[in-house]
Amino acid sequence: MSDPTTPAPTSSGISRRGLFGLAGAGVVGLGVGAAVDRFALPATASAQENTAVYPFFGEHQSGIVTPAQDRLHFASYDVADISRDELVELLQDWSAAAALMTQGEQAGKFGAVNGNYDAPPDDTGEALGLPASGLTITFGFGPTLFQAADGTDRFGIAGRRPAALVDLPHFPADMLQDALSGGDLCIQACSDDPQVAVHAIRNLSRIAFGRANIRWSQLGFGRTSSTTKAQQTPRNLFGFKDGTANIKAEDTGVVDDQVWASGGDGAAWMAGGSYLVSRKIRMTIETWDRTSLREQEAVIGRTKGEGAPYSGGTEFSEPDFSATGQGGAPLIAQDAHVRLSHPDQNSGAQLLRRGYNFVDGNDDLGRLNAGLFFIAYQRDPREQFIPIQMNLAKNDAMNEYIRHVGSAVFAVPPGARQGGYVGETLFG
Amino acid sequence: MTNQKFPKTRPVLAAAGAAITLLALAGCVPNNTSAADGAGAITVDSSADDCAVSATTATSGTLTFSVTNSGDQVTEFYLLAEDGLRIIGEVENVGPGISRDLVVQAQPGDYFTVCKPGMVGDGIGRAGFTVTGDKVQLAGDVQDQVDQAAVNYVAYVKDQVGQLVTGTQTFLDSYLAGDDATARDLYATTRANYERIEPVAESFGDLDPKIDFREADVAEGDEWTGWHRIEKDLFPPAAADNNGVTYVPLTAAERQDYADKLTADTQALYDAVNAPDYTVTIDAISNGAIGLLEEVASGKITGEEEIWSHTDLWDFQANLEGAKVAYEGVRDIVEAKDPDLVKTLDERFASLQDTLAEYGSLDTGFTYYNELSTDQVKQLADGVNALSEPLSQLTATLVG
Repeated sequence: MSDPTTPAPTSSGISRRGLFGLAGAGVVGLGVGAAVDRFALPATASAQENTAVYPFFGEHQSGIVTPAQDRLHFASYDVADISRDELVELLQDWSAAAALMTQGEQAGKFGAVNGNYDAPPDDTGEALGLPASGLTITFGFGPTLFQAADGTDRFGIAGRRPAALVDLPHFPADMLQDALSGGDLCIQACSDDPQVAVHAIRNLSRIAFGRANIRWSQLGFGRTSSTTKAQQTPRNLFGFKDGTANIKAEDTGVVDDQVWASGGDGAAWMAGGSYLVSRKIRMTIETWDRTSLREQEAVIGRTKGEGAPYSGGTEFSEPDFSATGQGGAPLIAQDAHVRLSHPDQNSGAQLLRRGYNFVDGNDDLGRLNAGLFFIAYQRDPREQFIPIQMNLAKNDAMNEYIRHVGSAVFAVPPGARQGGYVGETLFG
Repeated sequence: MTNQKFPKTRPVLAAAGAAITLLALAGCVPNNTSAADGAGAITVDSSADDCAVSATTATSGTLTFSVTNSGDQVTEFYLLAEDGLRIIGEVENVGPGISRDLVVQAQPGDYFTVCKPGMVGDGIGRAGFTVTGDKVQLAGDVQDQVDQAAVNYVAYVKDQVGQLVTGTQTFLDSYLAGDDATARDLYATTRANYERIEPVAESFGDLDPKIDFREADVAEGDEWTGWHRIEKDLFPPAAADNNGVTYVPLTAAERQDYADKLTADTQALYDAVNAPDYTVTIDAISNGAIGLLEEVASGKITGEEEIWSHTDLWDFQANLEGAKVAYEGVRDIVEAKDPDLVKTLDERFASLQDTLAEYGSLDTGFTYYNELSTDQVKQLADGVNALSEPLSQLTATLVG
C-alpha cells in the first residue's frame, strides 16, 4: 500500500526536545485503516499474523479492543521532577515515536543506521527488518500523576482527576509489593513478536530518561483471553481455557456500555478512554500441579479439556448456576471461579480482559515464578473491577493457588487525533 | 519415583481401549493374563432414552468407562453387580454434553450397566455386561480396613481438638494475666494441636477463618480474630514492618474480647468433631494428608503464616506430623495396591523429618524462620516437594 521510505507530511505540535529529533512523525498518513499488509506475505500462517498493522491515531487508543496479540511488554513509570510543559513534551515525544513504531517504522528522525556516524543511533535497531507485527502502544495515567503520594499537585491537574480513577482498596489476601505496584504513567506494548514489543518499551524508556523512569515492567507471553470472536480461547498456566466469556470487540453495545468512558461520566477529557487495572498474580504452580483433576475442575467450574461449564454443554454454553446434582448440591460450586466472576453474580458488571502468562524464571526456593499478568479495561473500576475482585478475593476457591503480588490502576485517555498526542484532551 | 509420578494419560488409555474393544467385538481378543493388559476404555453414551455401551464384554482388570452425556439432563452411570443392586462403580453429576471417566477394578463375572438421566428413578438402558479372564488379586478385607482407618482418624481428631481446648485456655490465661513471656512461650506449641488437623477445621467453613486467618487474608471492614490477631499483640512489629504505622497494643478489654472469641470458636470446633454423626471418609483422610503438606508448601516455607512470631517451623512440624498420621492410617490399604508408592512415601516422610529435625523439635523449640538462610529454606522446600509429589497420588491410589 505504501512505501515506507516516502516521507509523509511533518506533523505539527511535536516537540524537538532532547537527542532524538522525533518531529518527523513520518507515518501520520499511514495511521488510518486497520491491518494493512505492507510486507510480502511469508509462507507460514503464524508469520502472516505478524503483518498486521493497527492505526495509532483514532477515537480510541489501540491495544484495547484490538485482537489480543501474543506478546506483551508492559512498563510503569515514575515521572521525574519536571514541569508541566516538560511532561507534555514527553507525551508528545512518546506519541510521535509510538506512531512510527506501530507502523513498523524506526523511532526517531534517522532511525537505527542513518544518523550521525559519531552519535548513537536514534533507534536501538533490534526491530530492523521486522514487520509491525501487530504492535499497539497504549498509554495510561496513574493516580499519582494527578496527585503525588504526599498530596502535591505537581502538574496542576489534581482537580481533573476522574472520580473513577480511585486508589484500589486492600483485597483479602493481597500480598502486594511496592516494587511491583503503582506508577505515574504506563505503557502497554502488545505485539505478535516479542522482539517488537520489547523494542517499543526500550525506545520509549530511552526517550523518557531524565523525564520518567521505569518503576516496574512485565513481559508476558500467551495471551490469556480472546478479545475477538475469531480468536481461539487460549489457556492460562493452570492449563484451563481463559477468556471464554470475555467481552468481544464485535459486541459494540457491550463495549460502549462496559469499556469506553463517556463524557457524561464525570471527566469530559476521558471521553473515549478507559480505565486499566493491572494485577500481577503469582500462581503456586507446584501446588496446583499436585491437585487432583477433580479439584482443579471444581475450582474453575469448567472442564479442563473442552472448557465446558460444569452444568453441561460445550465451551460457549452459558453456565447454568441453578443446575444441581447429587444431594441437591450445585453442579457449579458456590466458590467456583466461573460462578463468582460471572456478570450474573456481579450486578451485570463485566471487564475486557487482556491478560498474559508470565514466567520470570524461578524464585530462591526453585519454584517457578510464574502466573498471570492480569490486565482489564473498563468504564469505571468502582462499578466493575473492585466489586468483582472483592467477591473473588473473599470467596474464590482459586485463592488457595494464587497470590496477588502487584497492582496498578491507570486512566487510559482517548486516542490522539492525527498530529496530536495522547493526553492532549487533558493538557491541551 | 515409580510409575506413579506419570500416570497414563487419558488419550493413551482411550486409544488403547478403542483397539481392544474392536478386537473384543470381533471375537478374537486373546485372554489377558494380567490386570494391566485389561486396561482400556469403553465408551458410554447416556442420551435421553438410552444408555449405549460400546462393548458388552471385557477382560478383568482396570476398566475405564468413558461416559458422555448426550442428553439434556444431568446424568449418572453405574456399574452394578450381578444382583443388580450392589454398586461396583459410579460417576455422578455429569452435565449435558460433558464426558467423564469411571475407572474400576473389575473381577470376572456378570454385571449390569445403567444410566440415570435426571439422577432419580431406576435408570434406563440397563444392560448385561460380562467380564471374563482371570481373577485380579486385591487385598482382602479392604472395606474393614477402610472402616477402621476412618474410626481411628476420627479418634485422633477428637484427641487433638480436646488437647487444643485445654491448651488454648492455658495460653489465654497467661495472655489475659498480662504474662506475655509465658504466653509467647506457649504460643507455637499450643498451635501444634490445631496445625495437625487443620484440614478438618477447614471442612467446617467459617471456623478456620475465625481461628487462623492471617492479617492479609482479612477484607477491609471485616473483623480479624483468632490466633494471629493475638500473635501480633504478643510479637508487636516495628513500624517499618507494619506499613509504617506504629503498632498500638490491645487494651485489656480488647484482649478479653479476642480471647473470648478464640475460646468460643475453639469450643465450636470441639463440638463439631464430637457430634454423634461426625465421621470422615477415606479420601478425606488422604486428602487431609495432601492438604497439610500443601499448607507447608504455601505458607510455612515462605514465612507467611507466622509473620510476627516467626514460629513457622513449629507449624511445619505439626503439619508434617498430622500428614504422617493420616498417611499411616491408610498406609496398609495403599501398600496392597501400590507397594512402590508406599516405599517412596515412607522414605520421603522420614527424609523430610530428618531435615526438619536439624532445626529443632516441638519439645526443644525450633530456629525462627527469619534466622534461616535462603539455602536452608530451599533445602526444606526441596524436601516438601519431594514428598508432596508422590503424596498427591495417595487418594487416587486409595480409592482407585
